Amino acid sequence: MSTSILQDNKEKFAELQRIIDEYKDKEGPLMLILHKAQELFGCLPVEVQEYIAESLDIPLTDIYGVATFYSQFTLQPKGKYTIGVCMGTACYVKGAQAVLDELSKEIGIKPGETSEDFVFTLEATRCLGACGLAPVIMINDDVYGRLVPSDIKGIVDKYRGR
Amino acid sequence: MEMVKLTIDGIQVEVPKGTTVLEAARAANIQIPTLCYLKGVNEIGACRMCLVEVKGARNLQASCVYPAADGMEVKTNTVSVRKARRVNLELILSNHDRKCLTCVRSENCELQALSKQLGVDDIRYDGERIDYAVDDFSTSIVRDPNKCILCRRCVATCRDVQGIGAIGATERGFRSIVEPAFDKSISDVNCINCGQCIEACPVGALREKDDTDRVWEALSNPDLHVVVQTAPAVRVALGEEFGMPIGTRVTGKMVAALRRLGFDRVFDTDFAADLTIMEEGTELLNRLQSGGKLPLITSCSPGWIKYCEHNYPEFLDNLSTCKSPHEMMGAVVKSYYAEKNNMDPANIFVVSIMPCTAKKFEAARPELSSTGHPDVDVVLTTRELARMIKQAGIDFIKLNDEDFDPTLGDSTGAAVIFGTTGGVMEAALRTVYEIVTGKTLENLEIHAVRGMDGVKEVEVPLGDVTIKAAVAHGTANAKALLEKVKSGEKEYHFIEVMGCPGGCVTGGGQPIVPAQVQMEIDVHKARAAAIYDEDRALPVRKSHENESVKKVYAEYLGEPNSHKAHELLHTHYTPRKRY
Repeated sequence: MSTSILQDNKEKFAELQRIIDEYKDKEGPLMLILHKAQELFGCLPVEVQEYIAESLDIPLTDIYGVATFYSQFTLQPKGKYTIGVCMGTACYVKGAQAVLDELSKEIGIKPGETSEDFVFTLEATRCLGACGLAPVIMINDDVYGRLVPSDIKGIVDKYRGR
Repeated sequence: MEMVKLTIDGIQVEVPKGTTVLEAARAANIQIPTLCYLKGVNEIGACRMCLVEVKGARNLQASCVYPAADGMEVKTNTVSVRKARRVNLELILSNHDRKCLTCVRSENCELQALSKQLGVDDIRYDGERIDYAVDDFSTSIVRDPNKCILCRRCVATCRDVQGIGAIGATERGFRSIVEPAFDKSISDVNCINCGQCIEACPVGALREKDDTDRVWEALSNPDLHVVVQTAPAVRVALGEEFGMPIGTRVTGKMVAALRRLGFDRVFDTDFAADLTIMEEGTELLNRLQSGGKLPLITSCSPGWIKYCEHNYPEFLDNLSTCKSPHEMMGAVVKSYYAEKNNMDPANIFVVSIMPCTAKKFEAARPELSSTGHPDVDVVLTTRELARMIKQAGIDFIKLNDEDFDPTLGDSTGAAVIFGTTGGVMEAALRTVYEIVTGKTLENLEIHAVRGMDGVKEVEVPLGDVTIKAAVAHGTANAKALLEKVKSGEKEYHFIEVMGCPGGCVTGGGQPIVPAQVQMEIDVHKARAAAIYDEDRALPVRKSHENESVKKVYAEYLGEPNSHKAHELLHTHYTPRKRY
């Protein structure tokens, strides 16, 4: 295991150990631990998965298998704000693609990518369940609806430099 | 034992409670097709090949996981069963890389056999396929995900039988794949190269790194003196590749075939196994007398050695410093034999025929080159040797028996039992007992260390001390044993570990036995029985009575554990990362 991330994040790994100790004897501990670990580190990098494998004495492939199976887990760090653009049917016919393209252009990243300054992650998502507001995007927990591409710059600027 | 009675295809069957419908059908001589099923290892009902109709059940049921019950009525051969199995098979085939003609597993492929058995004459679904890179970075194992049918037999074997988990099922749905974590090559993780995954694979998704071309090239090079040696377990399994029953001894035919292939000398790794006993037995006695590190743990199995390097670096000083027998042979050939015959070791090419894929990795270890040249140049598995014999057009079955070449081809019954779990221990105890007590061992056969129990123990009184010994096979069993040693729960003087379950006879380089055959035949038992027959058939059955070994000590090595012996026959180990 590479030691640099362990040293740079001593406190986080101490917290991770506390989480593992709390859950390891419960039923199905891995999902719970992975959720908490992702909250803690923002993602599940190799060093974190190795640490959990070692602590629980289970193969790394078990952990990696779960982490890659569920879409809520991510191996790459995400930005401070995750922008989800709804590509459900209603939003799609109301112009979600143009909204997504505009976001892409404005932030300079493709869907699935994270900006270099780790401020934004852009994702095309399934139906967000707000079809009445189509087309819809979510930025973390904030919802924006009935969008046209020209709205995008103003919205993105609100989060820049926050 | 509580029994249940059921009817399968109108036939009354009585089986112990807990038996699956699949197994119960066997009792009525009905063979239900299977694909993901591997007895005792992978029983997950995933592939849906073993579907049957159970009266009263709403849907067709996977018989490999469906328990037989009293009064149950099962039908295994109805229109709906046949149709469902076939559609499921066609769906598996729809995104399978169907390059059967060039596949190493052609004619020994469970998927191919099933297609024939279920009468698949057309693939109606043209599935979308992901083109995966073949992982061939390992010295031992090639992974080809394009051929993988996601049955998970390899995953269960690696994770549960071996306790390693170097490969696992990752991603999801259409993107599901069996691979090491973080998309790494299998050469870059804690894989021990044991090849048990290859034995478990029903198709050609996992296979050995084929080195036959390197051997053909050496054989055709007039400047090279090409020497071959064969491990004990090969002679009791090679015949299977030519249709002979499991457990057939083909020692003489194997030697004849090797000569016909063009090897200049055919030596026996068994000679080096006797040499190992002399070196390791002496090492044990030295450690006992001088208060050295105990328990002494055997080092013949390169799968086990790499497992220990990854997982138990604290036990590396317990490992015997002895090289594994074929490496000893390589070193002796390139030193003693070279000098005696006035040859430059640079012009000697040593090929080892092994039941093992981990030996390929071992041969590539830089420290195993005592003469400045690799002790062993190429390792071929039993399967690769069979391939060469077939390519050469040799009618193996009709060959007359021939003997190994003298001196380095001479061996004893103690050496041949190295091929099965408990064998190294038994051979060592035969010799150590007689050397320490000066008495003749009346009963040579130590049955306490034979058989398939995961961990076996034996105590042997040697004059004042009683040697406490243990034997483990398969790395999960080794782990369980070492944990007990670590915690102080158990104390031993001597431990034998073989990396593969059952030892070398069921090693990762041996002929692959289909899962359906494994339901009927205990492969380890049959091959081990042949090993023990071979032992009983030999005139000398103790390593220290091998006259040729004595001769090599007298002429060259001096005595066991001498300076020269250490230079040529001993090695050291390297701690490795766990992940």
